[in-house]
Amino acid sequence: MPPLVFAFLAALAIIASLGVILQRNPVHCVLSFALALTDIGVLFMGLGAVTVGFLQIVVYVGAIMVLFLFVIWLLNTQADALKPRGNLGIKFAGAIGAAVLAAELFVTFSSYPRMREIRTMPPDFGSIASVARMLFSDYLVAFEVTSLLLLASIVGAIALARTTTGAASPALPVTGGGDAPAGAPGASIASGAPARESA
Amino acid sequence: MTQDFPALGLILLFPALGVLFNLFGGRGAGRGAVNLVGPGVIFAAFVVALWGFIKLLAMPPGAALVCSLWPWIAAGPFHVELGLRLDALSAVMTLVVTGVGALIHLYSAGYMADDADYARYFTYLNLFALSMLVLVLADNLLEMFIGWEGVGLCSYLLIAFWFDNPMYARNGRKAFIVNRVGDLGFLLGIFTIVAALGAHGVWTLDFVALERHADLLQPVAVCAALLLFFGATGKSAQIPLYVWLPDAMVGPTPVSALIHAATMVTAGVYMIVRMNFLYTQAPVAMDVVATVGALTAFFAATIAIVQTDIKRVLAYSTISQIGYMMLGVGVGAFAAGIFHLMTHAFFKGLLFLCAGSVIHAMQGEQDMRQMGALRKKLPITYATMLMATLAISAVPPFAGYFSKDLILEGAYASGHVWLWLIGVITAGITSFYMFRLIFMTFWGESRVTPDKLHHLHESPAVMTIPLVVLAIFSLIGGWVGLPDWLLWGDAFKRFLAPIVSRPVVGSFVMAAAHPAAARLSLSIILSIVALAAGLIGIFLAWMLYLRYPGAPARIAARASAIYEVLAEKYYVDQIYDLLISRPLFWISGPVLSDGLDRDVIDGFVNGAGAAVEEGGATARKAATGNVRDYAFVYLAGALAVAGFYVYMVVR
Amino acid sequence: MTPISYFMALSAILFAIGVAGVMIRRNVIVMFLSIELMLNAVNLAFVALGRRMGSMDGQVIVFFVITVAAAEAAVGLALIVAVFRNRETVNADELNLLRW
Repeated sequence: MPPLVFAFLAALAIIASLGVILQRNPVHCVLSFALALTDIGVLFMGLGAVTVGFLQIVVYVGAIMVLFLFVIWLLNTQADALKPRGNLGIKFAGAIGAAVLAAELFVTFSSYPRMREIRTMPPDFGSIASVARMLFSDYLVAFEVTSLLLLASIVGAIALARTTTGAASPALPVTGGGDAPAGAPGASIASGAPARESA
Repeated sequence: MTQDFPALGLILLFPALGVLFNLFGGRGAGRGAVNLVGPGVIFAAFVVALWGFIKLLAMPPGAALVCSLWPWIAAGPFHVELGLRLDALSAVMTLVVTGVGALIHLYSAGYMADDADYARYFTYLNLFALSMLVLVLADNLLEMFIGWEGVGLCSYLLIAFWFDNPMYARNGRKAFIVNRVGDLGFLLGIFTIVAALGAHGVWTLDFVALERHADLLQPVAVCAALLLFFGATGKSAQIPLYVWLPDAMVGPTPVSALIHAATMVTAGVYMIVRMNFLYTQAPVAMDVVATVGALTAFFAATIAIVQTDIKRVLAYSTISQIGYMMLGVGVGAFAAGIFHLMTHAFFKGLLFLCAGSVIHAMQGEQDMRQMGALRKKLPITYATMLMATLAISAVPPFAGYFSKDLILEGAYASGHVWLWLIGVITAGITSFYMFRLIFMTFWGESRVTPDKLHHLHESPAVMTIPLVVLAIFSLIGGWVGLPDWLLWGDAFKRFLAPIVSRPVVGSFVMAAAHPAAARLSLSIILSIVALAAGLIGIFLAWMLYLRYPGAPARIAARASAIYEVLAEKYYVDQIYDLLISRPLFWISGPVLSDGLDRDVIDGFVNGAGAAVEEGGATARKAATGNVRDYAFVYLAGALAVAGFYVYMVVR
Repeated sequence: MTPISYFMALSAILFAIGVAGVMIRRNVIVMFLSIELMLNAVNLAFVALGRRMGSMDGQVIVFFVITVAAAEAAVGLALIVAVFRNRETVNADELNLLRW
């Protein structure tokens, strides 16, 4: 893909990711993430992996992000305002560590020769047919095992999250936003306007 | 030549049976049975010994009767078999042990008649006889050591017989421990011999074999001889390990007679004579033996002159007389040393038994200052004790004269003139303190308190018969070893000659060194000098204790410093306590027990546990439960791995 | 076209941002989101390298990664819901029962 397009998409991805980790309201984080995912999906397509790119958008953004939103809504998690400051030290150290990690990876990757070459691909590179061909030949076992994995995760998720009769489940908000429902002690802070959180 | 004589085993078997009977059946069987068995088994052993002796006389000189008992150690080439050997030397010893021992056993039946622990006493006494006979009849050095240890044990058991008294128990322990120190030297000596012979491929401790290979011992002769002698100083109560003997007098008096006068304490002398082939190769060691013996004789005699306890006088007298024996064997007069051993067994045993008789009559009183003028009340005791005293004072024709004379003659003839002089002076001191004892106890004015007076009577026959028998031997016992120019000469020495076949000093050497006429006159002169010393001693004692009874007190007051030193036994016990006991207890207590064991080792072990606890307490702080902390650790690890790749890239 | 190393650099940056997110945020849902971000960064790297090597393996692997991520998201969110029911919080610092 032309470098300019790439630059634009890369910048967008980085900004969206920063938005994920920096924004206060978790819903905003999820939405930022969705943007980032879409961006990455486009990058996939640009690299010729059309199938995977579509899959990324459909599965990741369409299903997983929605799942996140549902959970956030279910837990009625709102902005983390008025909470005591977290351990500033570890945040600082974590950020520095992340930066160092990025630098190390940079150095490692850039040392490999021939990373700057560009090649042309056969026309069906990345098409559904070729992906499917690989899935059902070389990666057949992995494919089948993955289906088992999905089954296990379904069963697990249901088993973990189901309510036994009588156990309190957080009440669904009658109106969007607003005060915390009565009887939900402690952690979820009710506040109308999201205040600046001390992250 | 050796002949097999299985009956030798009976000499050990009889006392062993006595031990078993008295141990298990004694209390139940009653006094009568114990009275019969206890002394009886020793008499039986004596009879067998006598039979063996008679057989031996009929055999050519140097012969021996042997009896092998049991193969004991077989460790590769090193073999030790337990066996018995009755040759001239061990025959003399065996007869003395069983003969005198039987008499003392008989005496004990009367002396211990009132004691409750009757059976236990005879058990121990028989056990002692058994051990002593093992020691004497042993045919190898290790078996002798078994007997050596056994008599040490029995000595302890019998000294602390009335162990309810803590002081008696302590004295028993003292005896055992001091003996043990000597035993260490003995063991090291054995090891030296084994090592020296082993270097040449000879792995045995049998006496006959040792003598045959004696020249192989030349390099280690001095060392081994001195080590063995160190053991002998413990057992035979010489300097420096004599300190247990005076305190051992708290045991029953027959025990003092048998063990600490007649037999056990002579084991050291016997051992040296047995190993004469070793000692003659180490003239340095022999000089040490002779010097230690002479000095001990003098030293102990000086202490004896101020003792007031009748048994203590005799204890120091024993130490002194054994010093004479050591002097004898140290100058090479081995036969003379054994001769004195034999006569000493007679008269010292008799002296102790008489003292026991006196103590028995005095209802337990042992302080001579409470006695006096007892000769009318205890006639037999007095007569026999006087005979014994004449013997120890070397008055002819009593036994002690001949044996002591031979030793002194040997000392002079071998060139040890200073030691001879010390011996002569000591002879004078000996007769002085012995007659002091006689005069204080049996003569003079009676200082007996009234409550004891009415109980003063002679001892029963069972006690006086042994006294009389021993008194007879104190008279005639020396007649087997007369000077060469008198009658049949030194039959004793001729009898023992094959055993002590190395150059023997005494009349033989004089025969070589001096012309015949000079030899005779020199011998007579020496005898007269020794006799004069003895008579001077008797005279001094008569002067100070009969003629002018107040004199001793005045002399003691004038020379109070010397008197103090002597009365405190030269402070040797205190010195030992300061130099040895206290440092040892200090090392055991504060240094080792508290310091090393408690602080270091326990500290180390406890510290290891504490360290683990501390480490755990610190380490668990890492488990904060906070996921982000864990994530940070992951991150750090990932950074490290990535950093490694960076390093690879950069390099 | 753009060299593959640019894609790798972008992947590294996104991964680092994801790591930072895990360290910085206390809300477990956002932490989870950051983890998903990391996964995506890796996906990008896979596809890029696969393109560079001219093979389809990269894309197939990404296929599986997406699938697994979906399964994991489901189970993880179910866990969060269960925890929330018990502890009434989604603050990671308050979920420290495993503390010493």
